[in-house]
Amino acid sequence: MAILKPILYLLVYPGLLFLLVYSTFVEWVDRKLYARMQNRFGPLHTGRAGILQPVADIIKLFAKEDIVPERADKRMFSALPVFAMAIVCTAALYLPVWHYQAAPSPISFPGDLIVVVYLLSLPTLIFFLAGWHSTNFFSEIGGVRVLTMLFGYEIPLLLALLSPAVLAGSWRLVEIAVFYQNHPLLMLANLLGFLIAVICLQAKLERVPFDIPHAETEIVGGQFTEYSGRKLAFFRLLGDVEMVVGAGLIAAVFLGGFPGGLLPGLAWFVVKTLFIVFLLAALRAATSRIRIDQMIAFSWRWLAPLAVLQLFIAIIIKGSAS
Amino acid sequence: MEFKVQLGPQHPALHEPISIRMTLDGEVIRDADLRLGYNHRGVEKLAESRSFIQNLYLTERICGICSFSHQTCYTQGVEKLMELVPARRGLYIRTLVCELERVHSHLLWLGVAGQEAGFESFFMYTWRDREVVMDILDWISGNRVHYSMNTFGGVRRDIDEMQRKKILDTLDLLKQRTDYYLNLAASEPTFVGRLAGVGKLSRQQAIDLCAVGPTLRASGVPMDVRKDDPYAVYDEIPFEVSTADSCDVLGRAVVRVKELIQSYRIIEFLLKNLPEGPFKVKAPRKVKPNEVYSRYEAPRGENVHYIKSNGSDKPERLKVRAPTLANYPATIAMLKNGFIADIPLIFAAIDPCICCAERLVQLDDGRGRGRVLRFSELRAMANERAKKIDYTKREIAWPF
Repeated sequence: MAILKPILYLLVYPGLLFLLVYSTFVEWVDRKLYARMQNRFGPLHTGRAGILQPVADIIKLFAKEDIVPERADKRMFSALPVFAMAIVCTAALYLPVWHYQAAPSPISFPGDLIVVVYLLSLPTLIFFLAGWHSTNFFSEIGGVRVLTMLFGYEIPLLLALLSPAVLAGSWRLVEIAVFYQNHPLLMLANLLGFLIAVICLQAKLERVPFDIPHAETEIVGGQFTEYSGRKLAFFRLLGDVEMVVGAGLIAAVFLGGFPGGLLPGLAWFVVKTLFIVFLLAALRAATSRIRIDQMIAFSWRWLAPLAVLQLFIAIIIKGSAS
Repeated sequence: MEFKVQLGPQHPALHEPISIRMTLDGEVIRDADLRLGYNHRGVEKLAESRSFIQNLYLTERICGICSFSHQTCYTQGVEKLMELVPARRGLYIRTLVCELERVHSHLLWLGVAGQEAGFESFFMYTWRDREVVMDILDWISGNRVHYSMNTFGGVRRDIDEMQRKKILDTLDLLKQRTDYYLNLAASEPTFVGRLAGVGKLSRQQAIDLCAVGPTLRASGVPMDVRKDDPYAVYDEIPFEVSTADSCDVLGRAVVRVKELIQSYRIIEFLLKNLPEGPFKVKAPRKVKPNEVYSRYEAPRGENVHYIKSNGSDKPERLKVRAPTLANYPATIAMLKNGFIADIPLIFAAIDPCICCAERLVQLDDGRGRGRVLRFSELRAMANERAKKIDYTKREIAWPF
């Protein structure tokens, strides 16, 4: 029994199986919402209301020819998608979905918030490497843009995630979640930080208005230009899994986590992550892609100062409470 | 670090083949050049072997978006050669279709601009509303793309009272939507941020480089063939030439939206003042030897057809200058010192119709040497050339 639980944890929930199934579902929700906001229907045919369309897309990509450019570093080129996938799935294990303060999960420890943020920023680095190792002009430009953008959103994201942790007095995800379950009104204090974190997550996921690294009308596929078949499928799936993990992280930190054990916890997880996915889809539908210099200016002129302001608010509330 | 890059002839931002060669300094374009000639269809040569009537339907197929522009330009030229006065009602219907085509072309352009800027929702909305005007064109002509409405001496189909009412009713919907887009394009910060200040073309540059259409008018030059050299019934219609002073892509978008609003006014005027009488007069089959230079304000700018007749029922020469060709020099000037991210926007802002502008140019060195190459020989030449390229070298900028 002692061994069974970690194995279930790794492979079933919140491990691989759940992540992969749920991420395709989230992609469907995102596509459907985005389409409805644009006066379209979105996927319709595969499965009920097109719910299996993301799965079908992935399967189709897996069956496609897989080309490695002649001049590319073959080993690096092939290993990168797998690495990125493994890293994001590892980050998912830290989400406090199945454990309580009383019975923490085997890998939860004080400070795991920082670890998740760190693990989520690694795929960005891998996107850069993927672009660089493709030896294609468009990939290289895309890779450079990925890194440039990282400098824009990473610090506001970290600052925004830290302020609720400061208020809760812990850097352990499960403790932050429990704190806000006990003091739901204090969640309102972090509203600004929540919005900043959602915008930064959008940038991290490279979606409109921040899809600058793979803006298809400018630089074709950006860092993924040379990727095809299985490897591209990995990167696509990675985007969905990253969306789930990012939404789960924001839900755990800002929205009071997923209380109530296995099944109610699962229900909370679905409701809260879908709420964040809805915000992400609305942001995507309502905006146009911005230029890389505009993105950096926006991050440092607005996001970073506001994140610092949020941190001050958290510290002041903390000081007046104690 | 400066490096040279070739964009196209195959690129997601380009719907037709053209190649942009650039010298880049990071994300900034230092120098740019265009290469044309990837698509040659032989329209002009074909026109010489067909009768004037047959050419009506050939000129229409020069372009898919401004099909009526080319057809009308050609028709008006031939009518001048025939010294034929078209029926008044026919001219009104012709002008009506011209303006409806302008509406559909500008709505299409707005969507394309949205798509190039990464604003997919805008694209979806404008193209949905474009269907309304496509339906109107379908009611009038029976076709969505090639209307085939023109004939020498008037138009081929009349419009009845019911169609007139229906078009006036649907026009209200289009007006509402256009007001909404004007509002949206002026207030959505990410969209305005992308368009404003991009692709600067000063008033003097625009005149020097012979820009035409909305590109020229967005640089503050009120030039419009409909006003300067009125054809059809434009001299009877009250309308204004839309201009903007911002000289950038945003200005070009504003000019187009303003022109949409003007077009609705023109359409309303035409439908309310539609004269009674025949909609076409009989035209002769043969044309006296003469030549004519026909001008037309297409949605993209001034369209020019030169027609030469030799007394038979076929033209001796037809020369087409599509508006896109006139805008290329200005595009190169606009691209310089821009960002890579702005290439699709700048390029789309002239509303390029690349294949319409492609003509074959044969340079004669005066020594009378001609050579015919078979397709297999061309392939062999291309293969030989490709073998010489060393793909393992990273410094290669472009293989041609």
